[in-house]
Formats: sequence, structure tokens, C-alpha cells
Amino acid sequence: MSDTQMADKDVMIDIFTRADLIMQSDIKFRKMIGAGQLQIVYYPVRGQEVVSAAMMAAVNQEDYLVTIYRGLHDQLAKGIPSKDLWAEFAGKMAGTCKGKGGPMHITHPETGVMVTTGIVGSGIPIANGLGLASQLEKDGKVTVCCFGDGASNIGAFHEGLNMAQVWKLPVIFLCQNNLYSEHTPMAFATSSETIKQRGDGLGMRSVRVNGNDASEMYAAAKEAVEYARAGNGPTLIEAMTFRFHGHLLGDTGHYIPEAEMEQALKDDPMPILRQQLLDMQISEADIAAIEAKNAAIIDEAAQYALDAPYPPGDEYRIDVLDVEIAA
Amino acid sequence: MSEKPAEIMFAQACNMAMAKAMADDPKVILMGEDIADEQGGGVFKVTLGLSEKFGTDRVRSTPISEQAIVGAAVGSALVGYKPVAEIMLMNFITVAMDQIVNHAAKLRFMSGGQTSVPLTIRTTTGAGTGLGGQHSDMLEAWLAHVPGLKVVAASNPADAYGLLYSSIMDPNPVIFIENTPTYFTKGPAPAPDHVVPLGKASVPREGSDISLITYGRGVGASHAVAEKLAGEGISCEVVDLRTIAPFDEETVLKSVAKTKAAVVVHEAVKNFGTGAEISSRIHEELFSELKGPVGRVGSGYAPVPFSPAIEKAWMFSEDDIEREIRKILG
Repeated sequence: MSDTQMADKDVMIDIFTRADLIMQSDIKFRKMIGAGQLQIVYYPVRGQEVVSAAMMAAVNQEDYLVTIYRGLHDQLAKGIPSKDLWAEFAGKMAGTCKGKGGPMHITHPETGVMVTTGIVGSGIPIANGLGLASQLEKDGKVTVCCFGDGASNIGAFHEGLNMAQVWKLPVIFLCQNNLYSEHTPMAFATSSETIKQRGDGLGMRSVRVNGNDASEMYAAAKEAVEYARAGNGPTLIEAMTFRFHGHLLGDTGHYIPEAEMEQALKDDPMPILRQQLLDMQISEADIAAIEAKNAAIIDEAAQYALDAPYPPGDEYRIDVLDVEIAA
Repeated sequence: MSEKPAEIMFAQACNMAMAKAMADDPKVILMGEDIADEQGGGVFKVTLGLSEKFGTDRVRSTPISEQAIVGAAVGSALVGYKPVAEIMLMNFITVAMDQIVNHAAKLRFMSGGQTSVPLTIRTTTGAGTGLGGQHSDMLEAWLAHVPGLKVVAASNPADAYGLLYSSIMDPNPVIFIENTPTYFTKGPAPAPDHVVPLGKASVPREGSDISLITYGRGVGASHAVAEKLAGEGISCEVVDLRTIAPFDEETVLKSVAKTKAAVVVHEAVKNFGTGAEISSRIHEELFSELKGPVGRVGSGYAPVPFSPAIEKAWMFSEDDIEREIRKILG
């Protein structure tokens, strides 16, 4: 436990509600894909729930989010309705993007989810553009840009953070450091010991936190949001976390040392968060009610995604440009 | 008032188009390396005076960071701005291709139409100035190949003015290619409200024997050849595409249906160039009516050479156009 003060009860319940929805969704996705009910590419998020849940609990629905292909936790935490999201993951017309984006390319402006990209690190420069718009509009919005530790090795990270700092943009760069870029451990591919050091090197306010600790993560998120809203500029948050499954579903994670995985599972943020709620005198019944409600939402969303029709093939001619493309 | 219309330079026309767009719409913002007045108004001075007029919030000099420039333009475009990003030289777009190809071009589609990217990327290039292999490439074919991007190249100041204005106001991402060697060539000044629609070619010279289909710098060269051959009784029609993607197939086919012969002319390397696409379309539609196969004129299969002697040999020329016409017309 960090020395950060425990977030208040309502906040902790809020974070738990989001995190549990993520965890249960991840489990259900893996189950359905495993059973052959869904045939989609899927990047598991189990283990990283709390980082997103705490971050998104600290922003408003109208704040912007840019995330990457491992983005289910960010998208759910930001508030995309499960039914719409599930339908998009399944490639259905009822999905957020009419089935034309899929799991790696989720957009949902109503909840501020502006871009989900399949290209590591490439969302960073785009997040700056959203931040620039907010700065010019003086609308007080912040942009949260999520990526992993591997993204700090792409040029766009360095260009993007530099520009954000020079222009004092209201962007929060949330590096969810799960210690692996695809199959490669951080130490093998990243020259600096921490990602925070890279933010420091660019002159940016940078912090490193235990992202799996709800209170610590929430406090860092809130501070970064206030800093950005006050016009002070960006923050890099390096949130330490772990990924309990392989890079994508089907990858066994053979490259993760057994002892490392064992320890990570022992430190699973979800049971810890649940216990913290109990410790705050939130009753088992109240927690169970949240879990049951989430389970019902997910069951309904999954069935909705399965039952919904695919888009007509002709749909490819729409949305390429602002006018329909001739056949 | 003079009877002759006033003349302006190509670079000046681009400047005027941006000034008008910025005055018309507060959502138009400019960003690029050195573009604000304090940094010189751009290396070719195309944005000179605009930050003085509209402020450095809207005319922003950037770090040398092409990915960051295009990315910031994409992001602001997603939420209602109409950014004009200057990528100083066309070769530098290679650095930003991820942002252009994977994001600007695709976000409308991948979001199912929920977002759009009304972005303009202005860039300049062109051989013949001794800048060698990394400052002179014409890369329009790469961009024209990507669904979701519009690609525009003007051949004269009035068109540059009208096309750039349309590009900025277009709801799609547009690559606007300026030609450095012709920045200071003059042409008739357009009226302030002169707008040239995207996707519509012009026929600046009518003829009956062969169609020269071209854009940008190829238009002037084609005119010169047409003028020369007119003396021999060969009548060339010149079609200026103005928009390369999507190209105005209707105007091109109408012209070739009339002349029954065509040469596509461009400065870019001939291999796999836009000429291949246009000539193929003509063959598909009009094959049986043609006097001969559609000709293609482009530059050599090599990087742009530095030494003037090799550069000249490498580059497409009026002689190449003339030779190709004679070959087809026998």
C-alpha cells in the first residue's frame, strides 16, 4: 500500500464498478472466442483494469481519449456502452463504427473516445491535436492518451511529447507499463530504466506510480487533470501494471518467466481493490450487487452482438470520402 | 484600371488563398516549420504576413517534427478545426506517412463516419533546381493510391488560389502539391471569390488530333509542345487534371473519345506513376477507338540526380512529349 491517502468511498466504488466491468468483459471475451462463438483478434486486458478505471474516474465524459489496440479497458472505463462496443468487436452494423473499425479501431465521440489505433505510439501526435483544439477553444477539456511501454521507443512518442511540452497542451500521456512490448521484455528493448525518465528528459512533468493501486493511480490522475485544466500543460504518468495473458489471444506468454507471472498473479489488482472496499465498510452485498449488475450488462451485450446483423457488403463504399464511392 | 488583368505569382496565390480561408472561417489554422512571420513566414515565404494578420495561435511555427505536425493537424481536425499543415518539402512526408496513410485517410471510414479529418497538407517539390535526391521527388502516386485522400496539383496561380481554398474547405484530407521551381512564375490574378472545385479537370486548350493529359508542371510543357506542333497542323488538346485523386475520368474520357489518342504527362518517375492508372482507364473504356496505345511521359527510373547535366537527362522534357505524340500519330 502506498502512502497516498485512500480515495473516498464514492470514488472507490466508482473505480471498482468500472474495473469489474472490464474484468468480467475480458473474461467473457476470452471465453466466447475460445468457444468459437466469436472469431476476432483480441488483446487481453486482464491485470490492467485498475489503471484505466482510476484514470477515467478522474475525467469527465466530454474529455477526450486516444488509445491503442489493447484498449478494451480504456474504452469501457471511459463509458462506451457495452452493447455498442461488443457489437463493434463482433463486426456488426450496430457497433460503434458500423463494423468498419473493429476491436483495433474503436471511435465513440459521445464518450470522448476519438481514436483507437493499431499502430503503436501513433496516437500520441493525434492526442496533441485534440489538446490543441481544446487550448484554442478554451473549453477546459483534457485529452488522455493511453499507450504501453513499447510506444516510448517509437519516434512519434518523442516528437509528440516534445511538442506537447513546448505548446503546454492539456494532454495526459498515460503509459500503462506492463513490462512487455508484445513478446519483448522492457529491459531488452528500452534503454532507460523508466519511462518517466524520458518525460523528465523532455522537460515534462512526469510521475511514476503503482497503477494497480486504485488510490495511488486516482491521485496521480486527478493531479494531472487539474494541472492540465489550469493551463500548465501535459503530464506523463508511468503507471506500473502487468498483463496476465499473452500479447494477443492465442499467445501463451511463454516468454514471461514463471516466477514473474506467479508474483503478478499474487498481486492481482482486482481482489486487492475488492478487499479495499470491504475494508472501507462497503458491504459484501453491495459489492456483489455491482458485480451482478455488470454481469447482466455483459450478458445482454454479448447476446446483442451475436444476434445483430452484419453490415451489407456495399457498406465499404460509404465513409471513404464524404460522398459515397461509385461501385 | 489597366485593361490587362493584374498578374500574381504562384506562391502569392497560395498565400492569398490561405488568407481568405482564415478570414472566412475562424477554424482554419496553419502549422508548419518556420511558417510564422518571426521565423520568416516559411522557407519559401508562402505564409509570410499571415501570423501578423491572424496571430500565432492560428499560424503556428512547429518543431522539426513531421509526425507531430500531421498528428496535431489530424487531432484538431477530428474536433472541428480545418488545419493546414505545411510539410516543407514533399520528401519529408515520408516521415509522416503513418499519420497520413493510417490515420488521416482512414479515420472517417474506420469510425463508421462518426469523425472526419478536414485537413490540408501543403507541400512543395520539383526537380530542376539542383537539390538532388531528397528534396525534389514527386510522390503523388503513393498518395493517390490510398483510399480516403484527395491529391491536388495546380498548374497556374489562379488555379492554385481556387484549388487551395477548396482544399481547405473540403471535408476530406487533401494533399496540396505546390511546385517549387514555378513558385515565382506569374499568371492572371483571380477574382477574390474565385473557387475551383476539387475533382474537376479543365481543358485549357482544345484540339482534335490527340489529348495531352497532365497536371502541375506538365501543363506548361504540354502547352509549349502543342503550340509548336500546331505549326505543323497537329492539333493537341490539353487536359489539366487539377485534382489527381479522385481524377476527373469523365472529362478525360470525353477528350480522348474525341481525339482518339492520348499521352499522359507528368514529372514523377514514369514507372508505376499516375500515368499508368490513367492510361489503363482510357484503354479499358476506349481501346477499340484508339489510334494507338496511350503514351506515357515521365521522368527516369532513378532518384533525382544532383549534377545539372544528369538532372536534365533524367527529367521529363518537351522533347519527350513531342516524341511520344509523333510515335502515336505516326
